[in-house]
Amino acid sequence: MNAVTPFEGIGASVKRKEDLRFLSGRGQYTDDINRPGQAYAYILRSPHAHARIAGIDTATAAAMPGVLAIYTGADTAGLGSIPCGWQIHNKDGSPMAEPRHPMLAEGKVRHVGDQVAVVIAESRAQAKDAAEAIGVDYDVLPAAPTLDAAQVPGAPLVHDGVAGNICYDWHIGDKAVNDAAFAAAAKIVTFETTNNRLVPNAMEPRAAIGDYDTTTGEYTLFTTSQNPHVIRLLMGAFVLQIPEAKLRVVAPDVGGGFGSKIYHYAEEAIVTWAAGKLGRPVKWTCERTESFMSDAHGRDHITKCSLALDANGKFLGLRVHTQANMGAYLSTFAPCVPTYLYATLLAGVYTTPTIYCEVTAVFTNTVPVDAYRGAGRPEATYLLERLVDIAAAETGIDRVEIRRRNFIPNDAFPYQTPVALQYDSGNYTATLDAALQAADWAGFEARRAEAAKHGKLRGIGCSTYLEACGIAPSAVVGSLGARAGLYEVGTIRVHPTGSVTVLTGAHSHGQGHETTFAQLVADRLGVPVAQVDVVHGDTAKVPFGMGTYGSRSLAVGGSAMFKAMDKIIAKGRKIAAHLMEASVEDIEFDRGTFRVAGTDRTKALAEISLAAYVPHNYPIEELEPGLEETAFYDPKNFTYPGGCHIAEIEIDPETGKVSVVNFTAVDDVGRVINPMIVEGQVQGGVAQGIGQALLEHAVYDADGQLLSGSMMDYTMPRADDLPLVGVATHTTLCTHNPLGVKGCGEVGAIGSPPAVMNAVVDALKSYGVRHIEMPATPAKIWGILHAGRKLAAE
Amino acid sequence: MPQVTLTVNGKTSTVEVEGRTLLVELLREKLRLTGTHVGCDTSQCGACVVHVNGDSVKSCTMLALQAEGAEVTTIEGLAKPDGTLHPMQEAFREYHALQCGFCTPGMVMSAIDLVQKHPQGLSEKEIREGLEGNLCRCTGYHNIVKAIAAAQEVMHGRRSELASAAE
Ligand code: FES
Ligand code: FES
Repeated sequence: MNAVTPFEGIGASVKRKEDLRFLSGRGQYTDDINRPGQAYAYILRSPHAHARIAGIDTATAAAMPGVLAIYTGADTAGLGSIPCGWQIHNKDGSPMAEPRHPMLAEGKVRHVGDQVAVVIAESRAQAKDAAEAIGVDYDVLPAAPTLDAAQVPGAPLVHDGVAGNICYDWHIGDKAVNDAAFAAAAKIVTFETTNNRLVPNAMEPRAAIGDYDTTTGEYTLFTTSQNPHVIRLLMGAFVLQIPEAKLRVVAPDVGGGFGSKIYHYAEEAIVTWAAGKLGRPVKWTCERTESFMSDAHGRDHITKCSLALDANGKFLGLRVHTQANMGAYLSTFAPCVPTYLYATLLAGVYTTPTIYCEVTAVFTNTVPVDAYRGAGRPEATYLLERLVDIAAAETGIDRVEIRRRNFIPNDAFPYQTPVALQYDSGNYTATLDAALQAADWAGFEARRAEAAKHGKLRGIGCSTYLEACGIAPSAVVGSLGARAGLYEVGTIRVHPTGSVTVLTGAHSHGQGHETTFAQLVADRLGVPVAQVDVVHGDTAKVPFGMGTYGSRSLAVGGSAMFKAMDKIIAKGRKIAAHLMEASVEDIEFDRGTFRVAGTDRTKALAEISLAAYVPHNYPIEELEPGLEETAFYDPKNFTYPGGCHIAEIEIDPETGKVSVVNFTAVDDVGRVINPMIVEGQVQGGVAQGIGQALLEHAVYDADGQLLSGSMMDYTMPRADDLPLVGVATHTTLCTHNPLGVKGCGEVGAIGSPPAVMNAVVDALKSYGVRHIEMPATPAKIWGILHAGRKLAAE
Repeated sequence: MPQVTLTVNGKTSTVEVEGRTLLVELLREKLRLTGTHVGCDTSQCGACVVHVNGDSVKSCTMLALQAEGAEVTTIEGLAKPDGTLHPMQEAFREYHALQCGFCTPGMVMSAIDLVQKHPQGLSEKEIREGLEGNLCRCTGYHNIVKAIAAAQEVMHGRRSELASAAE
């Protein structure tokens, strides 16, 4: 036989296994699931940002058609608080303020959208109708919806016990060393900026179905989650006190997450608890307007920073003070985002010898803020890459040259930064050079001149970024305040006839794990991708898992699979040795074939697995039957993807509209398993980054009303807002995981905003513009162009 | 309760609905055709797009009763009975034009209507403008645009087979 099987292993752009069901309407998202006898929940939410609840009258509503139950905070007050997964300590060593986060409001509402009551009825419409008939007597209080409003003297207190609304006041770095560097500087560049608040807006709104089996006492929760095992742990152990063995959490197909579906949300606990109370399944589906006021938002920092340089443009020190908005309650990961996922990234790709960063986290009367694609790293990268461009402008050194002068050189790895991280590998010059060439940076001035002939202002900008992902070594994050380990779990089950089921604790909500993970198995065990099934998202099927976020699925989850395959191969060699009457040391294994070294005696994996399950001729004294292995993999370090993004933009002075005309990304994401999927991840991330730079902004008014509270008011990038995005990779391998992978899910959203904003500022340099805040909306640009500040001599 | 009779993917059904029931609710909840999705409540996202009498329609923005007598096609009705995918479905797969898959049914239904209404062919810019009513949060649209450009060649008979994404 000389049939050629297409190569499906590492490096092949295998078409996705999951596509067929999605393309034919056979995906199973949470709202597609219906349980027999299911009732529907509707959540009544606060219309006020801050109010005391003087009373709730549910009598009329309770008597309405179809209503089964109405619950308020009085009913759930005995249950646990929605927990926070990370504890940060103040400068003085005391722990952060961590006020109770109730499932349903208890006496006070703290943001527009806070849950006040839940109505459960026979139909969704009936539940909604009844919710409108609930009378809530609010004593409206002044609100503190912004970082500034929450920190003025005498500001309203979001939580009565939290003085000054300060959640924590944290720092990292050696202040004395930092001060000395600034004292010796030839030049100091300072800069203040706001990182605009964003709404993640995964296209699938959140949903949850609680189910309770009255005979077994088992609860099941179907939920739109990126990490079902973590939800089981948080909700079971902390909120509802249900032992793991009696609680199954299923996260079926999930329509995008971008961080917003990591967290344990009140609605999950509400439907699970209510299902137990009523003995019926209870389904809740979020409407988009509710998503805007109940999904965790992202970003929302105000930062002051200074960069000290010597006379040659070498960075001597960086000093940063950031205020971070936590919202009204602490969401699951919120406290670590502006600290350990942010300040530790401030070295970027540069040799800055000293960095000192202070972070003040503040409660406000807004939706909780937590990780959104990139989480802390986009904020750090934006600040750093804008600061470097400003430093270039103010020292007269070319933007690219100043970066080169400060790059961590290729021979410096492993490189210890002054802010805790140790980078394992990278080649920042290579990604920069490749991007400059792909974007034809050298030819830009001609394109600028050409655009000018047509009345357009053209600009170009780059960012040379780095991020830390593959989250994370458990002992390290534990010492920093994480309340969980961040390993991952993989099981490889080789069936009797040689097909494979992979069980993974990672969760796919667009990333294509069913394909990429199958490729890992194909590459190593030689089993065709079509015969590898990847199972995820169900605590009843997968032993354990920490889920998908922080670009960790492949680096941590894939490594767990790799370790499990090590065990499969080790056991397979023993079986093969027995079958071929050779010694184990002489058995070689390569892509599905066990061979006695130096001979043509071989056994295929399927023969080994058959022997393992039908152990007639088998070393039964020393080996158990079966061929299934599980590994827990705890990473040794973070991984450090990096690269260069270049944006070329054009401004129409008539309208102020910024169009991205070219976008080039050259990323080092470590070893690439499926180039097609990696490109797609980068393109999607870049789209979100361009969205942040040009379009998106969650805005609260002084009363705490969310002004951009629907898709009509909050501008998401549409097809005609975006260019084709050229993606290339340049690989340096991760040195500490067995696959050499780094992660690609977040790089697009991290590298792109400063590239776009550097280009916008470049386009406007003749107008004397030093900096523009994101988003660079047409109104903002038009205002600048028409403010009569044109300095260029004409 | 009022009734509505309509043909969905070739099958005629008579269903009781409330006056306020939306077409998408009828499809998802009464007919259990859950391939059509709901991504918003302001007619912005296009996750709910189906074909009604040959035109793409946001099924969240049409009352079920307005579909009386209509021929409706949903994503479930696109493939041939033997499972052969529509060229647009095929192109989305070939060009990796979907990630989480949630926008995909609406995106595919919109794209088919767009291509059918432009037999002369669409440029990249026209495809982008034609997708104005559909949001995707995952892909950045890059591969969606490429998939539609490739599918139109097959749909208009200019190519017998889909060009491979690698070409
Ligand atoms: S559901 Fe968003 S447009 Fe119909
Ligand atoms: S593929 Fe996820 S929204 Fe389009």
